[in-house]
Amino acid sequence: MKTRLLALALFCGGLLQAQDYFPKNDGVKSKNNNYTAFTNAKIYVTPTQTIDGGTLLIQNGKVVQSGKSIALPQNTVVVDLNGKWIYPSFIDAYSKFGIEQAKRAPRSGRTAQYDSSREGFYWNDHVRPETNAISNLKYDDKKAKELRQAGFGVVNSHIQDGIARGSGVLISLNGKGNDADRILNDRSAQYFSFERSIANNQSYPTSLMGSMALLRQMYHDASWYAKGNIATKDRSLEALNKNKDMMQIFYAGDKGHVVRADGIGDAFGIQFAIVGGGDEYERIADIKETGAKLILPLNFPKAYDVSNPYHATYVSLADMRHWNQAPANPKILAENGVSFSFTAHDLKSIKDFKTNLLKAIDHGLSKTKALEALTTVPAQLLGASGKIGSLQNGRWANFLITSGDLFDSKTTLYENWVQGHKNVISDMSLKDIRGDYTLSAAGNTFLLSIRGEAGKPKATVKQDTIKLSPKFSYKNDWVVLSFTDKDKNNYRMTGLVSEASDNLNGKVVLATGNEGSFTAVKTKAFEKPEKGEKNEKAPPELVGVTFPNIAYGNTLIPAAENLLFKNATVWTSEASGILENTDVLVKNGKIAKVGKDLSTGGAKVIDATGKHLTAGIIDEHSHIAALSINEAGHNSSAEVEMEDVVDPEDKGIYHALAGGVTSLQLLHGSANPIGGRSAILKLKWGESAENMIYDNSPKFIKFALGENVKQSNWQSFSRFPQTRMGVEQVFMNYFQRAKEYEVRKKSGQPFRYDEEMETLVEIMNGERFISCHSYVQSEINMMMKVAEKFGFRVNTFTHILEGYKVADKMAKHGAGGGTFSDWWAYKFEVNDAIPYNAAIMQSQGVTVAINSDDAEMIRRLNQEAGKIVKYGGLSEEEAWKMVTINPAKLLHLDDRTGSIKVGKDADLVLWSDHPLSVYAKAEKTIIDGATYFDIEKDKQMREAVKQERNRLINMMLKEKAGGGKMQGAKMKRKELMHCESL
Amino acid sequence: MKKIVYTLLVLLGACLQGLAQQTPAPVQKEAITITGATAHIGDGTVIENATLVFENGKIIALGTNETPKGTVIDAMGKHLYPGFIAPNKSLGLIEVNAVRASNDQDEIGDLIPHVRSLIAYNAESKVVESMRPNGVLLAQITPQGGRISGTSSIVQFDAWNWEDAAIKEDDGIHLHWPNSFRRGRWWMGEERGFKPNDQYDEQLAEVEGFMQGASAYGKGTAKETNPAFEAMQGLYDGSQTLYLYADGEKEIIDGITMAKKVGVKKVVLVGGYHAYKVTDFLKQHSIPVLVQFTHNLPNFDYEDYDLPYKLPKLLSDAGLLVALQNGEASNFQTRNLPFYAGQVVAQGLDKEKALALITGNTAKILGIDNAYGTLAVGKSATLFLSEGDALDMRGNQLLYAFIDGRKLSLDTHQTQLWKRYMGKYEGK
Repeated sequence: MKTRLLALALFCGGLLQAQDYFPKNDGVKSKNNNYTAFTNAKIYVTPTQTIDGGTLLIQNGKVVQSGKSIALPQNTVVVDLNGKWIYPSFIDAYSKFGIEQAKRAPRSGRTAQYDSSREGFYWNDHVRPETNAISNLKYDDKKAKELRQAGFGVVNSHIQDGIARGSGVLISLNGKGNDADRILNDRSAQYFSFERSIANNQSYPTSLMGSMALLRQMYHDASWYAKGNIATKDRSLEALNKNKDMMQIFYAGDKGHVVRADGIGDAFGIQFAIVGGGDEYERIADIKETGAKLILPLNFPKAYDVSNPYHATYVSLADMRHWNQAPANPKILAENGVSFSFTAHDLKSIKDFKTNLLKAIDHGLSKTKALEALTTVPAQLLGASGKIGSLQNGRWANFLITSGDLFDSKTTLYENWVQGHKNVISDMSLKDIRGDYTLSAAGNTFLLSIRGEAGKPKATVKQDTIKLSPKFSYKNDWVVLSFTDKDKNNYRMTGLVSEASDNLNGKVVLATGNEGSFTAVKTKAFEKPEKGEKNEKAPPELVGVTFPNIAYGNTLIPAAENLLFKNATVWTSEASGILENTDVLVKNGKIAKVGKDLSTGGAKVIDATGKHLTAGIIDEHSHIAALSINEAGHNSSAEVEMEDVVDPEDKGIYHALAGGVTSLQLLHGSANPIGGRSAILKLKWGESAENMIYDNSPKFIKFALGENVKQSNWQSFSRFPQTRMGVEQVFMNYFQRAKEYEVRKKSGQPFRYDEEMETLVEIMNGERFISCHSYVQSEINMMMKVAEKFGFRVNTFTHILEGYKVADKMAKHGAGGGTFSDWWAYKFEVNDAIPYNAAIMQSQGVTVAINSDDAEMIRRLNQEAGKIVKYGGLSEEEAWKMVTINPAKLLHLDDRTGSIKVGKDADLVLWSDHPLSVYAKAEKTIIDGATYFDIEKDKQMREAVKQERNRLINMMLKEKAGGGKMQGAKMKRKELMHCESL
Repeated sequence: MKKIVYTLLVLLGACLQGLAQQTPAPVQKEAITITGATAHIGDGTVIENATLVFENGKIIALGTNETPKGTVIDAMGKHLYPGFIAPNKSLGLIEVNAVRASNDQDEIGDLIPHVRSLIAYNAESKVVESMRPNGVLLAQITPQGGRISGTSSIVQFDAWNWEDAAIKEDDGIHLHWPNSFRRGRWWMGEERGFKPNDQYDEQLAEVEGFMQGASAYGKGTAKETNPAFEAMQGLYDGSQTLYLYADGEKEIIDGITMAKKVGVKKVVLVGGYHAYKVTDFLKQHSIPVLVQFTHNLPNFDYEDYDLPYKLPKLLSDAGLLVALQNGEASNFQTRNLPFYAGQVVAQGLDKEKALALITGNTAKILGIDNAYGTLAVGKSATLFLSEGDALDMRGNQLLYAFIDGRKLSLDTHQTQLWKRYMGKYEGK
């Protein structure tokens, strides 16, 4: 007891020490060079190095030594820990501690702000590497206390706003020192994200792909600046270059973004440490491949309250599953050798940190890995292993004293020492007074029972059999107890607990004001309720992960099979036309044979009698499977890539497969005259984005004309172009500049690498093709003339609803047309759109495809082709080509897919009926010989989905009954995308 | 600026009216007989090799052994249908979606039953005209938006003006029931997706208060006219129908319960996305359903991919009176009405029953089955002859169409442009 008070006094003296060379006028200078030794402890020097019954010796805030038997210097204060445990305290590498949240900039009216608001910095206000946490830091005592209570000793804080967020600061949560002591590193890590600065209104970038392109261009420009090629001052690029020596940390926030961030790093030789989202387990192989160290928010979703069956309707299977599976994420990452640290970022209440930590352990995370994630990994990640993260000699004396195993729910955290300063969380010197007592006061007898946690016990008082409602506290060795007895007399008592006796006694004051003394004689020691210990918790029940991890995901990603379709009506989309009673053999993902009575050769036989086999449908214009569609921040966005934002988890992919679609072009939207680069996908449901994108994919870009790029249909009057006249000038200017760019590039002189210009040069050189959103004849004609001026060809006009008016010119130019079957009347420029358009263009020699631009219509493109027979009288064979070989031609994929021809990819659909008919259903949709949609399997999946939902709902009801924390029913919902989606 | 606006208006005018609309046909002068056709009656039945005779706009004979009269159309191998009926559309109320000047479909105000669609209906709309070559000949013209969007009327598609077009004036009131879950307002920083609508009870009470108010108003003798209450009176005497738009189970049950409670005589459920889960309730209250059209995506990821395709079948199989509407689609899409019905056939519904979803059932639900919706003696000769199966894009090719016996032109703004440009190319 005395020791405790003494130690406290000594350290209070110590912390008032100022720097040696500072003048002192309020007393005399004095120094405390005493040692403190913590003896008889189990010490985790590192997560893997422990000392039983060891001693930890510290001096001047640092660890001097630890070991089993240490010779203690004479000026040592000894604290006998009596079997307690010592751990290094935790480190949070992703914190905003002490930094004021950026304030949302007021919206600047309807007119977009295109230019930067700063001078002498990078052209984009969302790139702010010059900002730093140290200049914005204000030590937050209250927050520090909360964090220490959760076990943290050091955090790396930074400004969480913008795409390049500047440098962080490594700070000890040392409430007793000042910033001179606390700041361990004022240039600690450089931070990035994909998210715009909320404090700035500059319009670019509006999209994820824009953020990604901006980051790339930023790195190109930084290196251009470093070489001294920019005459003016750019403090942003200067800072970015200067901060290169730090650890680079990227806030991703979900598994897909982890891969995206890592990809950007790879392109510039940077290995980011990446803040994840807790869903990495769903794509563990891809995450592992990044090689990145992760920082994981220790935040698990709460169960949904589904007790109202109507509410349950609004909870998706994916969200239910994530609730169930997410706590296993750390374990799965650890098992796969992914190194990670934990952060309290994202937690609404810091108290959930320990709950979630224990949950992760319950779900199989090893205690060693957990401790590493809290100590050594973040230390290493921040390049601060020499200072923090362990209790090796010379490290800061940042450590926890606990009653036992840190990862046991019953363990008490007593103290969190930071830089040699004690912070009491729960008083460990308190005597355990729990037990039953006979309490006598003022001639009355009561039964006092003290239970609960030793450090924070609770009391009940009974008079005979009547339960009273006492107020009780036990702090700093004093008990305070008050209650009212059955005769409404009140008692107030207090007493100091004595080390010598198990009984309690002290002073009592009665309602009358009379004072006396009370005694409480211990009759029974406290018995730990050991029952719970015996029945070990059953391991958590987890549902299986599918690819993607939503309803109708695949348990296993489909593999190619050798298949023989017997006796089908085969629509070849080739000169051979429609073949009756024909067999098609698929081998190794390719079409191996087409003919009559083919032998099986070991292939799986599918009886296709009475059915129709066609090539898979190709949609030349789609916006499904995308996380964003338009980068609307500039009128040209040639630098952005749809490949960056492919969303392989969009159920729209499954819907499209169920409609017989096997490939599509994922186009940028129509916000800008010069849009972004396309992604061309095979709809391999369950695969990663990367595996859906065609190998050696033909390169495409979206252009757009007319009302959307003029911003005619909403209140926007500031952006060039506002007229079709201006649209032409945008193209003329960009292509002229690209030409000049190429000349300089080829000249061997140094040049600023420009992602936009590179793309336009590709177009002029015929290496990248244009798919141009267009409606009226004047603009179609204009675009062809611009192309001809710069010596290239417009590959495809998409929408092209007035193509029929200039079909002869298009044929001469060599442009194809991808059009709607029967859309019109939705805006002024489609007033003359007619459903005969496709047939007329075809009649003039234009290669015509029917496309969707719509998540619903994509699953009925066979019917849309059927309409071309109705409108314009095309033959059924030719109409069918408009959704197969013709789009393949437009996409330069006709040597690989789009028809049934030996040697081509086995991208096939088996239809129940004539494929142009409204009555036809796709029964099997096959890509590269693997079946991605099967109507029979779909039936089984329906049943499985129903059962799994039910199982999870029951689990959540159980969670609710068990008092678990719940959240209200809600559903995240993807927006259905089309050309104009922002 | 003014000049631009002016130019735009002139241009718009020129384009919207530049090419003449098809002239409405004169009244039927002599009897017409169609022989040898497969007659799809619209009530679930079919007559092979049928003869149908109509005179003075009415069908006077239909069977396999009828005597021809007047002009005879040999329709051997062809298919005869009653004109398709499109409920819940704003055809003729808006011409070009993005051109505000052409928009007359959505008046401001939340409870405006007194707003009437009929008087704004543009009988000369080019979009309306484009319905006819696909067999869509009648529609319920309906104001859009708000809680009670207004009063609809039913028209036929070959008229000089709205007065001529009307076949049932002010047939019903359209009530869009509140949703117990609402979409996140992402532009205000909320997550996209569904969350509970904490104003649901309040919104429900507001509707109920209004409906009760209208009912009480009708019983009393108020000195001052309340146009909104006044417009509701037909609901309480059964002369008008309440079209109740609701999709969720709770909303459907709440809406119908309230309507019955305040004394509405005829209720039709519109939308009904989850109506298949409450079919017993709907049957118990004899509620017909104008179900959402089939060319839709499932609302929830965990639902069957073909749920929207089979919804009409699920309701039909449960014994409810069902018809299709595509209120949520653009007006131009309404020419695809037959294909929405065809889609249900692929889900296993009998073809003739599928046809009833856009003919006989619709007429019953809209209360025009005395004259329209099926081929029957005494009914209006509003019908068409198709080369093939009109529910399939492969067969929907109209040869003749008649409204009240008048022979329609099947030309449109679109066919004219087709001919004009094919002429240009072929003339080369």
